Amino acid sequence: MKYMLMMNAAGGNAGYQIASWPAQDIKAHIAFMIGFSKKLSAAGELVAAEGLSGPDQARRVRAGAGGEPITDGVFPETKEFLAGYWIVDVDSPERAYAIAAEASAAPGPGGKPLNMPIEVRQVMSGPPPEFT
Amino acid sequence: MSRLDSRAQDLLRELAPVVLGSLLRRYRDFGDCEDAVQEALIAAAKQWPEQGLPENPRGWLITVATRRLTDQVRSDTARRLREQLVVSLIPADEQIARAADEGGVNERDETLDLYFLCCHPALSSASQIALTLRAVGGLTTAEIARAFMVPEATLAQRLSRAKQTIKAAGTSFPAPTGADRSARLPSVLKVLYLVFSEGYTATAGDQLYRVDLSTEAIRVTRLLAELLAGDEEAGGRLPGEAEAGGLLALMLLTDARRSARTGPAAELIPLDEQDRSRWDRARIDEGERILARALAMGPTGPYQIQAAIAALHDTAPETDATDWAQILGLYEVLLRFGDNPMASLSRAIALAMVEGPDAGLAALDALDRDPRIKGSHRLDAARAHLLERAGRHAEAIACYDRAHKKTTSTPERNYLLLRAARIRDAHRGAGSI
Repeated sequence: MKYMLMMNAAGGNAGYQIASWPAQDIKAHIAFMIGFSKKLSAAGELVAAEGLSGPDQARRVRAGAGGEPITDGVFPETKEFLAGYWIVDVDSPERAYAIAAEASAAPGPGGKPLNMPIEVRQVMSGPPPEFT
Repeated sequence: MSRLDSRAQDLLRELAPVVLGSLLRRYRDFGDCEDAVQEALIAAAKQWPEQGLPENPRGWLITVATRRLTDQVRSDTARRLREQLVVSLIPADEQIARAADEGGVNERDETLDLYFLCCHPALSSASQIALTLRAVGGLTTAEIARAFMVPEATLAQRLSRAKQTIKAAGTSFPAPTGADRSARLPSVLKVLYLVFSEGYTATAGDQLYRVDLSTEAIRVTRLLAELLAGDEEAGGRLPGEAEAGGLLALMLLTDARRSARTGPAAELIPLDEQDRSRWDRARIDEGERILARALAMGPTGPYQIQAAIAALHDTAPETDATDWAQILGLYEVLLRFGDNPMASLSRAIALAMVEGPDAGLAALDALDRDPRIKGSHRLDAARAHLLERAGRHAEAIACYDRAHKKTTSTPERNYLLLRAARIRDAHRGAGSI
């Protein structure tokens, strides 16, 4: 079963927090993230992992009367924004939660675990066996 | 399953365009021929390690590809023409002529024409790139998909649509020569340059399973330069030949710095902080040789000038000992070929190195009025560097912050974040920041 693990960062006036950390802590955080993806990949659990560009460039798009794109944005007031996600393929929801917990403990300022919230959502699958 | 050793793999890639050119000469349909060659390459990768290299690898590939092509045509037209169709696809004057596995003087031209066909103007540049890597580079769909980190099915679809587009545009093979080739050479060079940059800037992904696009671009550009040189011996010379040499030199001179430009955690290391003893001397020497030949041949073009700039960096012992005045002059020459905001940005940095950061910053201010680059993270990043050099730390940090919020490249964002953090760390407690 596949799960999407979403990492949300604080938006609004708080900005992208990492920008105020000491260089050493930024480096440790980046190294952790690279190592984390490598480990998931080596375990055969990683389906995809992407970081998203900042909310400064986010746009909300709707179709206009003629189907043309109507864009809206930027959203500096957003409280939270999606900073990135992993999609993992695992045997149980417990395993997905364990992976999420590991990501949550990524090192922050002073090397202390950030314990940031990771939202875990199961990815919808194809038809169940009785329909195929 | 045993795997091909790297020498056999190189051989396969070298033969891919030759085999395709040979098939196209007889059967015309680019899409079908390309599929057949791809299947033959896959068959070779499977059978050669088990059965050993055939005596005549080229002939083997042509035979297998031809068989696949015939099977395909047969099944496509099962009820009707059957084998007659294959015969009818061959122009009358060639039906009694050479066998497909017979080498010939045209082989070089055929391979050259593949480049032009893959860079057909009706195709998007993403499709041109994928098709060039497959038809000329001999890469499999799976390899190209991994290199660009897109699903294989997506890339397969992109390739198949590209081939339909070529067919719909009614291009017969070989592509028209002469004027048409000259007109298309710049887009061929641009595609090769894009492949190179993609490989050079991509630091993410599992290197073990990724084809090295930079090396691939260099190999295919080298082949192109050789083919163009051979063309010259055969008679007509393409005016763009010197630029093909310039592009090859630019790639070599840039790639020479590759291992020094990232640190152990994939972090970017800027030119002025790189360990120059890790630069590849052999590549630099080769790049300089090729550049000298291209410049002597003329006419001079943008790739040759960019290669000349890269050569000046490559041969300088350190940043401060770099001949910035000459680099500045070369950027000014480059700008005469076209008003390119990225070249103007680089010129501003060179100007700062010659006349000081303030002159550079003034030149960047002028770019704020250019809608093509105004507000881009590159402009912010360049300004941040110059402000840092000028000792205007708070402003530099603000510019780095603006830039890292806008870039869409992860390694670049990390680099900009760290650059700002470094200034902040150095002045923490000083009270001003």
